[in-house]
Amino acid sequence: MGALLNAKIPNGVLHEKWDNYKADAKLVNPNNKRKFKVIVVGTGLAGASAAATLAELGYQVDAFTFHDSPRRAHSIAAQGGINAAKNYQGDGDSINRLFIDTIKGGDFRSRESNVHRLAQVSVDIIDQMVAQGVPFAREYGGMLDNRSFGGAQVSRTFYARGQTGQQLLLGAYQQLSRQIGLGGVRLFNRTELVDVVVVDGRCSGIVVRDLLTGEITSHAAHAVVMATGGYGNVFYLSTNAMNCNVTAAWRAHRRGAMFANPCYTQIHPTCIPQSDESQSKLTLMSESLRNDGRIWVPKKADDARPADQIPENERDYYLERLYPSYGNLAPRDISSRAAKRLVDKGHGVGPLKNGVNLDCSAAIERLGRDVVQERYGNLFQMYERIAGEDPYSTPMRIYPATHYTMGGLWVDYELATTIPGLYAAGEANFSDHGANRLGASALMQGLADGYFVLPYTISNELAPMLNKAIPSTDHPAFVQAETEARDRFNSYLNVKGTRSPDWFHRELGKIIWDYCGMERTQQGLEKALSELPALYGEFKKDLRVTGTDESVNQTLEKAGRVDDFFQLGMLMCRDALDREESCGAHFRSEHQTGEGEALRDDKNFCHVSAYDWTGDPMAAELNKEALDFETAHLATRSYK
Amino acid sequence: MKYLTNLKLKVWRQDGPNAVGNFETHIVESVSDEASFLEMLDQLNERLIGENKDAVVFDHDCREGICGTCSLMINGRAHGPQRATTTCQLHMRTFSSGDEIVIEPWRAAAFPIIKDLMVDRASFDRIVESGGFITAPTGGAPDANLIPVPKPVADAAMDSAACIGCGACVAACPNGAANLFTGAKIAHLNVLPQGQAERYKRAEAMVNSMDDQFGSCTNHGECSAACPKEISLDVIALMNADFRKSKSKNRKALSRG
Repeated sequence: MGALLNAKIPNGVLHEKWDNYKADAKLVNPNNKRKFKVIVVGTGLAGASAAATLAELGYQVDAFTFHDSPRRAHSIAAQGGINAAKNYQGDGDSINRLFIDTIKGGDFRSRESNVHRLAQVSVDIIDQMVAQGVPFAREYGGMLDNRSFGGAQVSRTFYARGQTGQQLLLGAYQQLSRQIGLGGVRLFNRTELVDVVVVDGRCSGIVVRDLLTGEITSHAAHAVVMATGGYGNVFYLSTNAMNCNVTAAWRAHRRGAMFANPCYTQIHPTCIPQSDESQSKLTLMSESLRNDGRIWVPKKADDARPADQIPENERDYYLERLYPSYGNLAPRDISSRAAKRLVDKGHGVGPLKNGVNLDCSAAIERLGRDVVQERYGNLFQMYERIAGEDPYSTPMRIYPATHYTMGGLWVDYELATTIPGLYAAGEANFSDHGANRLGASALMQGLADGYFVLPYTISNELAPMLNKAIPSTDHPAFVQAETEARDRFNSYLNVKGTRSPDWFHRELGKIIWDYCGMERTQQGLEKALSELPALYGEFKKDLRVTGTDESVNQTLEKAGRVDDFFQLGMLMCRDALDREESCGAHFRSEHQTGEGEALRDDKNFCHVSAYDWTGDPMAAELNKEALDFETAHLATRSYK
Repeated sequence: MKYLTNLKLKVWRQDGPNAVGNFETHIVESVSDEASFLEMLDQLNERLIGENKDAVVFDHDCREGICGTCSLMINGRAHGPQRATTTCQLHMRTFSSGDEIVIEPWRAAAFPIIKDLMVDRASFDRIVESGGFITAPTGGAPDANLIPVPKPVADAAMDSAACIGCGACVAACPNGAANLFTGAKIAHLNVLPQGQAERYKRAEAMVNSMDDQFGSCTNHGECSAACPKEISLDVIALMNADFRKSKSKNRKALSRG
């Protein structure tokens, strides 16, 4: 049993903590800021906003992305919207209500102080993004429009058609581009982090690999920010982009940053079901569709009739039946499990009987095709492209898929990891969503961390370091990390086995999805924990990477990422086995109510599980952070 | 689910920016019509690795048509035969058994080939860095509803802002011009009230950066026809109008010191 973690939560009542923190935080004089170098890894919402803001303040910033351009980061694919407690609709929203909704949505497994700060700064995000020219949807009078998302009874979600993530990311990217043009940020594109360097217990920089030349180089800095996204691709099939990976966070973990709640992975209820074996990824259909779409399955199992031939009284609108007050807008974890149960019982629709209907016909009739097209046109078009069916005339088929990971690098109130000088922001950290994230809250958190939190907390850290020397890249720790990285990539090339990295990734994904997916059992997790090391052993013996290390080699890149996914997968299953309760997206079949809802065990598990690297992910050391609920009172979630 | 058989792929292979490239022929014996075009290439790559050969390098990421990473000239058309569709959203049901499919990288002077089907599009980023933004440093923004934006204006801005920066417009253009891309960003920001302060400075700087790197527009309209997001040619007209005005407005602004 490891240490009890201290999150360094500021004093004061909840709604004054952030103000108190800012009032006490140490500052760096504007003329001195240029003496500090900050590295930002990742250029999604959190990374781009942090890099741009830190450069505006005057810090020297180096930004790294493995993409060809910062604008490609996966934040771009978020569809539905971004939450903010603006209460522009006058429907009863407030900072406190957004706070409570987020805590409750996360099934009381998040940290109150961080969540409250998130709700507070949410209003500033909307102001900031509008000032940058993000074309949010408007009412005819010119005011901002809102819609509603799962887990909320107010309309607080701001949106730009079905491309909100794209528009917000382009806003942050433009802000970053301005700083690149001005010389405030140096951009390293097509460059992947391969190690984190720690000298005397402090993060001193990173080691990266140039994806075009294979060259390994070091970069030193006063502080490093990891804004490298989530690890949903451990499941192989997920809604994540193909290149999303855990490598940066995992390499930090291996150097001493604790990894928190790895088993909290969110399954999104509305994705297009898998159509064949060769499928490489799953595509999300925004949750916003649940505003105007009704979800149903045939009441009769194995009913192969087309949707329009199934009369109204033979349809089961199960979310409306089970959760009347939230209906089709029940939170993601609850909606996903309901769909899985019905499909498992044979009520699934489509050629493979692996989906449920998301039916917008009532909305098309009520509002007209034009209005529906304006709201969701691009989503309908995307569905048509992928499924080859016209969603205006037949219901869409949807099924849950891995989408977002609430777990990540453990951070304290300042978003600092357990390695001093190393920060984690956005999906890469674990802090705000507990065991389940509400829709439209990921964009909010990424931008909150980058624009409004890190610039304050990093200056607090850097101020005392003024005019003190930091280790340069010829320090032995950098040299050694570079050598290790070169050896690692050479070793993938030298196995010369028979299976490609993709083959191993697919097999890994099957194990994780079967035993550590939507429903988990002790028996299944134990099975996964016996199968994973065996498959990992095979990976090390039978991998085949063709090509060389001297020019672009996507097979080699993939091998490194799959290696880290294996290690993470083991930790995930271990964490899921250890957490003997059901909470949010973590559903252990042994722990459920008579009605099949998640049954928490607050007496034994009201804590964050944060793991320390020991050299073997199966034997990681468990540390705990106790969660205190002073304002939001622990209660059983009910969306009935 | 049906299977397509006996597809003849002619794939461009090129070892590096300065290497000589050539077409390599591969027969795909069977592929599901539910597979996407890139999944078909994934399967080809799996086979190549199995045969101890180098996988074909191509850029791709989100595979849902929004990140703009994927490219490819397919049978001479940017993103392939289907209108308003990126390569990653193109599915094999668009093709038939026995088809010959020619796969090339974007070909444009401003997009040098890196390897095989992968090109360097950093020239787009440089255009944005020159002025494709609204200067609004973090922290000083007024309340979001303080400036009403009429719905038609917000909608028009959104139509232009939908650009994914994939480069199909440049690849389709006989001159290798980037007017649709640059015009889309200018039209997004220059119609909004928030974008007025820097309107003419932006137009001049972005057009200058574009002219430095890309060919000239001669109104073929191939760009808009190839655009997976169907950005309208109108954005080029708006850009040209603002660029023309910028020549007098920016000079006047200078003379006022």
